[in-house]
Amino acid sequence: MLTALLPVLLAYGAASLSGIIFGRRAQVVVYGLSALAAAATALAAARFLAAGAAPESALLPLGLPWIGAHFRIDSLSAFFLFVIGLAATLISVYALDYGKHDAEAGRVLPFYPAFLAGMTLVPIAADAFSFLVCWEGMSVASWLLVLATHRQAETRNAAFLYLVMASLGVGALLLAFGLLAGGQGDYSFAAMHGAALDRWRSGLCFVLILIGTGSKAGMVPLHVWLPPAHASAPSHVSALMSGVMTKVALYGFIRLAFDLAGPAPWWWGAVVLLLGGVTALLGVLYAVMQHDLKRLLAYHTVENIGIVVIGLGLALAFRADGLALLGALALAAALLHVFNHAMFKSLLFLGSGAVLVATHERDMEHLGGLIHPMPVTAFVFLIGAVAISALLPFNGFVSEWLTFQAIINGALLPQWLLKFAVPVVGAMLALAAALAAVCFVKVFGTVFLGRARRPAAAEAKEVSALMLAPMAGFAAICTLVGVVPQSILGLVRPVAASLIPGGPGIELSDWPWLAPLGPDHSSYSGIVILLAVTFLTALSVLVIHRFASDRLRRSAPWDCGFPDPRPETQYTASSFAQPIRRIFGSIAFAATERIDMPGPGETRPAAIEVSLSDPVWEGIYAPTARLVGLLSERLNLLQFQTIRRYLSLMFAALVLLLLIVAVSQ
Amino acid sequence: MPGFATLPYDVAHVLDTLVLVLSFALLYQRRLFGVLTIYAWQALLLAAAAAWQAYAQDAPHLYITAGIALVFKAIIIPIALHRIIVYLDIHRTIETALGVGATLTVGVALVALSILLVLPVTTASGALTRESLAAALSVVLLGLLMMITRRNAVSQVVGFMSLENGLILAAVGVKGMPLVVELSIAFSVMVAFIIFGVFFFHIRERFDTLDIHDMERFRGERR
Repeated sequence: MLTALLPVLLAYGAASLSGIIFGRRAQVVVYGLSALAAAATALAAARFLAAGAAPESALLPLGLPWIGAHFRIDSLSAFFLFVIGLAATLISVYALDYGKHDAEAGRVLPFYPAFLAGMTLVPIAADAFSFLVCWEGMSVASWLLVLATHRQAETRNAAFLYLVMASLGVGALLLAFGLLAGGQGDYSFAAMHGAALDRWRSGLCFVLILIGTGSKAGMVPLHVWLPPAHASAPSHVSALMSGVMTKVALYGFIRLAFDLAGPAPWWWGAVVLLLGGVTALLGVLYAVMQHDLKRLLAYHTVENIGIVVIGLGLALAFRADGLALLGALALAAALLHVFNHAMFKSLLFLGSGAVLVATHERDMEHLGGLIHPMPVTAFVFLIGAVAISALLPFNGFVSEWLTFQAIINGALLPQWLLKFAVPVVGAMLALAAALAAVCFVKVFGTVFLGRARRPAAAEAKEVSALMLAPMAGFAAICTLVGVVPQSILGLVRPVAASLIPGGPGIELSDWPWLAPLGPDHSSYSGIVILLAVTFLTALSVLVIHRFASDRLRRSAPWDCGFPDPRPETQYTASSFAQPIRRIFGSIAFAATERIDMPGPGETRPAAIEVSLSDPVWEGIYAPTARLVGLLSERLNLLQFQTIRRYLSLMFAALVLLLLIVAVSQ
Repeated sequence: MPGFATLPYDVAHVLDTLVLVLSFALLYQRRLFGVLTIYAWQALLLAAAAAWQAYAQDAPHLYITAGIALVFKAIIIPIALHRIIVYLDIHRTIETALGVGATLTVGVALVALSILLVLPVTTASGALTRESLAAALSVVLLGLLMMITRRNAVSQVVGFMSLENGLILAAVGVKGMPLVVELSIAFSVMVAFIIFGVFFFHIRERFDTLDIHDMERFRGERR
């Protein structure tokens, strides 16, 4: 399996090189090679998983002398490689055509394969050094991709924020690895695996892991960089960053927290669980307030990361309390959601890219009525929207249903804190799922239904078949996994079982029913539901057409609530979100509405102004930035001193250090 | 191994201590030519110390070090600095940033600090090395102190070279130090001397302010 990845990496290297040398003329080569390499990755990983093959490792004489670079693949790595490869294949095919519309292709082509190579290498790295190098390679490549549209000030700000947060994250990971290695100097994962840390060290290590991987995955409150960065990148890169890179970050969390950091006490699970609940809820609330299509999708990524993290937290808690079957269920739910989110989020970002190509608009308030010029895009986007809203019979429902199965059994946990916390988090998850549905009703209704609000939207044309096909592929996967979840759960099951030792793993034998905890617990069958839905729909159609009254009645047509034919009178995205904003926004975002009503006799129009403030930004980041600014200003004085003052400072530092040595010995 | 109250130890100790005493003399000297004279004496004593170590350790390459110290530091550099001072007509008195009494007190504290530092660390090595190291570290710290308590550029250069004398003193006191180190240090001082000479021509006695504001105005910045 590892040898199969060698040509993949070579292909990425060749693609990157041709992107550097030939610029945008190499577009077909770059994206074509990337698609082939990603497909090979996905195939190899799927074969590895399906065969249940034993872990393989390799030691390459690269990197630091005498240490080398360790690589290892086990079922967890293979599962993430499968997700990365599958999503990257379709996204690269899409990019074959989308890239032609990219004004800055020369800035994208060299880094796109490098980004994919970084993401492929992170799951197989098996020592701290190569892990961090690959992780940083992935970060830097994606940062450069975000900077492709660097002429917009918004992008530059987003990229700067991303860089700062990525540095913070990798700094935390570096320290975590340092703690895990425990001063033995052996930074291979195999050595860390056996390391026993005391309570305080392992707790500190866990917090560092959470910061390091959470900042990349977009966990609240470390999510602030994610929406601007993902929204600024070209759409196929957004799809990769949102759909795939956040998954690599979650892989990092699972590898470190479940595998390397040793037996986790239950409070780790509690912390992760609560963070997941807050992330899911805040993410979707942010999303509802947005009217930039790509930014909205990016906030939904935050929400979905929260859902996965809830599953991971439950798995940690169940594992700490020895409830292996429930732990395996929670972990399987989380991993399935990882797969699902990679699929439907990529689909939605590709759909937003298609809208962008057709209209050059990201602001939903300027779109509308796109279902008429772009019926296929609208249809696949609808499937993605329904899937992410966790509705039947698509894949999002299955993973959230499994998560809820784990939540319902949270009462079996012995700790009272968890007994109370788990239902609360369940309520948060339910609310988040409902709000996600609201949000996508808003998106679909505003973008695709109604009438065009701007000429650009009215003149839109359907995108090419080459762009539609990958989107249709994602939509098909979403449907297939929703109807036959066993297909992916079969791959997930050994992964979950390997990380939650001592249990039989979830039950999958009862086809077509999915009853993960055994036949006497809740069950789900996508096929039965699909058949039932089809049957009931057909029945309703039949009943209506066959038995409804066929008497003819003439009347004025209903004007759909807007008798004024101008498109501005349509219900806007902001109007749709207003009730939610009233209910939750006043608490979460201190939302205030100010109505500017002209006095009698004035001719200016009335206006309503909404102001939102971001609690995380105002509460954490703004004070930190102010503090850093203040300190820098103070320290800036040091930049303008005479030579004698500099020497005095050095002298003082030297004497101080010498004094410390003298006193301490 | 040479211990206390043997001839090699006593002579080395006296020479090291004399170098240290001259460092103090540099600290309270207020006239430029006086500073140069004392520096020349210090370099002379350093040469003597190096030669003595060469004899005591039976390490002939240290004679070369002693020769370098004698020719460059005791003769060429003081004469060159003397000529520069006369040629540029630099103020002959030294402005101090810290009073002489206070400077000397700090200097005594620094010597105490270096003895406290060096003696416990080096219990394993011979007495010859230990005492030399303590004296050498003191000379280094006093040279640094001189650089920061004097506003005059020439005395800062002398402070720097006195600091370097301390480094050589430490290097010759340790057995088996290869000549390369000393040669490189000697040449680095030569380079520093040339650079400082160029500086003198350009900035004269306004060294202390190195006027940043002029540069900013020149660059068109407003702060």
